[in-house]
Amino acid sequence: MIPFLLRRLLGGLPTLFLVTLLVFALTHLLPGDPIRLLLGEEANPQLAAELRRQLGLDRPVLVQYLGWLGDLLQGDFGRSLKNNLPVGPVLLEKLPTTVQLSFLAMLVAVVIAIPAGVFAALRRGSWWDGGTTALALTGISLPNFFLGILLIYAFSIRLGWIPPSGYVEPWVDLRKNLLLLLLPAITLGTALAGALTRFVRNSLLEVLHQDYVRTARAKGLVERVVIFKHALRNAAIPVVTVMGLQLGGLLGGAVVTEQIFSIPGFGRLVVDAVLNRDFPVLQAVVLLAALAVFLVNVLVDLLYAAIDPRIRYT
Amino acid sequence: MRRTRALRYLFAHRLAMVGMGILLGMLVLTLLAPLLSPYPPAKTDFAALQQPPSPQHPFGTDELGRDILSRVLYGARVSLSAGVFSVTLALGMGGLVGLVAGYYGGRVDNLLMRLVDAMLAFPFLVLAIALAAVLGPSLQNTMLAIAVVTLPVFARLVRGQVLAERPKEYVQAALALGAGDLRVLLGHLLPNILGPLIVQVSLSTANAILAEATLSFLGLGVQPPMPSWGSMLNAARGYLAYAPWMALFPGLAIFLAVLAFNLIGDGLRDALDPRLRR
Repeated sequence: MIPFLLRRLLGGLPTLFLVTLLVFALTHLLPGDPIRLLLGEEANPQLAAELRRQLGLDRPVLVQYLGWLGDLLQGDFGRSLKNNLPVGPVLLEKLPTTVQLSFLAMLVAVVIAIPAGVFAALRRGSWWDGGTTALALTGISLPNFFLGILLIYAFSIRLGWIPPSGYVEPWVDLRKNLLLLLLPAITLGTALAGALTRFVRNSLLEVLHQDYVRTARAKGLVERVVIFKHALRNAAIPVVTVMGLQLGGLLGGAVVTEQIFSIPGFGRLVVDAVLNRDFPVLQAVVLLAALAVFLVNVLVDLLYAAIDPRIRYT
Repeated sequence: MRRTRALRYLFAHRLAMVGMGILLGMLVLTLLAPLLSPYPPAKTDFAALQQPPSPQHPFGTDELGRDILSRVLYGARVSLSAGVFSVTLALGMGGLVGLVAGYYGGRVDNLLMRLVDAMLAFPFLVLAIALAAVLGPSLQNTMLAIAVVTLPVFARLVRGQVLAERPKEYVQAALALGAGDLRVLLGHLLPNILGPLIVQVSLSTANAILAEATLSFLGLGVQPPMPSWGSMLNAARGYLAYAPWMALFPGLAIFLAVLAFNLIGDGLRDALDPRLRR
């Protein structure tokens, strides 16, 4: 397992290197000039030159990149242009909130998708199956910001059950924390629930006519055991892969969801960085998002072994 | 033969037909927007601020007294063209990368695919937001940002298909007959990989429309006074308690447009992939 993990992580290094190159190019090579964006179109040229020198933007591009990369490797993400705070600690402070929100959204998705997918697969070809597919596609097509607004309207404004926005840290008041994250988690989890439902259905259908399912039925096992113990377990691998792949979508969705519900997380940081033209922060969050996706996919590989004992990593 | 069967299957696919119906309806409404809109989309009316839906304003009015029905109709132009143009651009660029990588293989393939992998490592929306922010907010830049983010999907797909088709006899035969690379690529390979491409185009268009709406919602896309469904929803957020219709109609419009392309893409996938047929 350890050698596999090492090989997998090392194998990702070239890609990660290219990712840093792209993130750097994003803010340094594209037409938009950060200085002009910071100071406005009619900036005092002297002031602009001074700022350019201060930020090191007057050095050759290659030197800038190597300097930035060297700092990154030492865990230094630079300083925010807005408040001059180091970016790293700010990121670390916001991250747990988004991780919790994504985790809850994933939970919402799984709780909906597994029963719905199994139900559709067992009634394959019926109106129920078609209806589930239509509902799943509805979930995928519903823009999360619209869903969030609808939920706020229904549960906060009309019914007054849940405050429309705000955030309390879980260690301060867990009940309040979960109450406030309920609507955001549903908002973020619905699209994933739709995608997962279809994958659960399709991969269950693939295994349902396999020999071992027939054997399980033939030896007189109750249908419930056949489905949940024999079939679903074997259908799990593609489903887990999709969950891993969807993490990127979840992070993107979190940007919008946190914006609607005023949750101070990673997504809010992205929007604030964009609105403030805070390029060091923007670079750091984009890089971190890519890194998170990479690490989760390594984790998914490891999960395979837990789901399917036939898979052994050496 | 195979293609006509796939078409017949598609026409029998209930959900895909619902999607086609929605899309056709939207296209007609979009084209007829100047005739159907009761008011010019940017016309303000300070005597009728935030009116609830009524016979004069079937969808109500917004915070500047503009007619929401007219704005939703004109907004369809922005959304649909953003979806179609960005995906066309992504298909052209990504398809080219995929064709070249898959056909020539070796070092070219390695280099191009590494780059594509690196692009795919970013969450779609996060990268689109960052690109749109750097390029600056406008409809063109929004489409460009979405196209760049969508490109790797097509590069991957086309490369995989080319790799699968390349060793087949018809390609070898064309090469043996002395056909040039360009002719083999465009004349022989491309028509044979169209099926999966069309499916992806449809699904990517759904994503692109969603992405444009999201960027506009965050204030990074289409700028006022151009009506965009995403920015209409953003404006509506502040008045949710007493003017919910401001959010309802543009939101429904985005949902229907995205749903239509997802339904069609889904039906096409079923029709072209016999394994998935029910």
